[in-house]
Amino acid sequence: MGRTDATALADGDAALVEDLLAGSHRALARVITRIENRAPGYRGIVAALHEHTGDADVIGITGAPGAGKSTLVDKLAAAYRDHGDTVGVVAVDPSSPYTGGAVLGDRIRMASNVGDMDVFFRSMSARGQLGGLSMATADAVKALDAFGKDVIIIETVGAGQNEVDVVRTADTVAVLVQPGSGDDVQTLKAGILEIGDVFVVNKADMDGAERTLAELEEMVHRREGPTKGLDGGHHGFEVPDHPDDGKEDPDDDETVWTPEVLRTVANTGEGVAELIETFDAHATHLRESGAIESTKRRRYAEEIRTLVRSDVGALATAEIERRGGIDALADSVRRRETDPYSLAAEIVEPIADCVDGDEA
Amino acid sequence: MSAEQETRAVRCLVAKVGLDGHDRGAHVIARAFRDAGFEVVYSGLHRAPEEIVQAAVQEDVDVLGISILSGAHNTLVPKVIEGLKEYDAFEDTLILVGGIIPDDDEDDLKELGVAEVFGPGTPMEETIEFIRNNLPERA
Repeated sequence: MGRTDATALADGDAALVEDLLAGSHRALARVITRIENRAPGYRGIVAALHEHTGDADVIGITGAPGAGKSTLVDKLAAAYRDHGDTVGVVAVDPSSPYTGGAVLGDRIRMASNVGDMDVFFRSMSARGQLGGLSMATADAVKALDAFGKDVIIIETVGAGQNEVDVVRTADTVAVLVQPGSGDDVQTLKAGILEIGDVFVVNKADMDGAERTLAELEEMVHRREGPTKGLDGGHHGFEVPDHPDDGKEDPDDDETVWTPEVLRTVANTGEGVAELIETFDAHATHLRESGAIESTKRRRYAEEIRTLVRSDVGALATAEIERRGGIDALADSVRRRETDPYSLAAEIVEPIADCVDGDEA
Repeated sequence: MSAEQETRAVRCLVAKVGLDGHDRGAHVIARAFRDAGFEVVYSGLHRAPEEIVQAAVQEDVDVLGISILSGAHNTLVPKVIEGLKEYDAFEDTLILVGGIIPDDDEDDLKELGVAEVFGPGTPMEETIEFIRNNLPERA
């Protein structure tokens, strides 16, 4: 499959891609900006980078505000650097729905990696429309991957579908929980629980840590239910036959990953080494069980779908404009001159004709 | 296909360099920028020039606002500018300095490449307006 006009690389962009692949930080930063801006030509850039991706371990970190994500990410990055790995971080913060403005504060915590350019830290905000954020994040991760980063960490507040989508673009997902957040653990049950490969009780030197650990352990080993028998789980994990046997039970089924529950004190770095070991174990598990392939297939399928939907949606929007704009159409419905179904059919018809025409 | 909408935003780094520990002003600026619709990265206190360079390059900011109240601007600002040049990021970054800067020094800083110096009492709108009017052209 070749490149079409939409993904052709402009002259200046070819040089930009070359510079990025050659290790220019400036070029990497600029490419991520182009991706964030959805600037003309960014698709060509990402398309050109794609063949250079696939080597990095991608880790997602999510959790409630104040759980210590940024501090932990800082310590993780430093620990990976000690191992000799290069690190990329994409930190996502919400933006104001009114002004679009944002204060991106995650960088303040990056104190352990001062002046170390081999930790590339990038703050992103949730610009624009729904679904766009996870696309932009995934594309930024590709840029970091193509640049040659060994480990890429995506950090985001774990509130809402947007963030869940973002973090789902990672191979390994860690969910951070604060001690004493009894009700928070309850809320984790919906949505977040299914996406965690590792659960981390951070600030584990605080009161209530043991209890939160115990609650998480209990939940992890009882996570049959909503995802049982479905193919929709994050990594297609399956519930063990004897969930009550817990970790002592040797996993006879190689494809099953039972989420680990760990404790850290990000401030002091306690537990960070164990956390990295667990990330590595999960990455190894994904590779050896073959789950990585189904994970990637699902992710790329989602990307293709999202892109196609957004492009077809844009075609439809253009067609609506040609017919006088959405307000005029809505008024004609209000006046009972037509109805929404007929209008939608009329608008989609020319697009459908093109698709059918190609087949004939 | 070009149907996708571009979503460009003005990105700013609000930076505190050196030993001066007063960041109320920087906070107020960061908020005002946010409310103006900018994306603001705040550096935190006591940053070394190389940290500011690292942040400005990686975050690919349009605007770098350096707040210095300690009087060390003649040492710190040139270091930041040198670092930006090293990473090829000087040309298209709008560099602003806020704080208490004597007039003579202001001229020197502008000579170095600082676009404008904003002293105490500058209305927020003036700074925001200046940024809007002087945003660097970018490919």
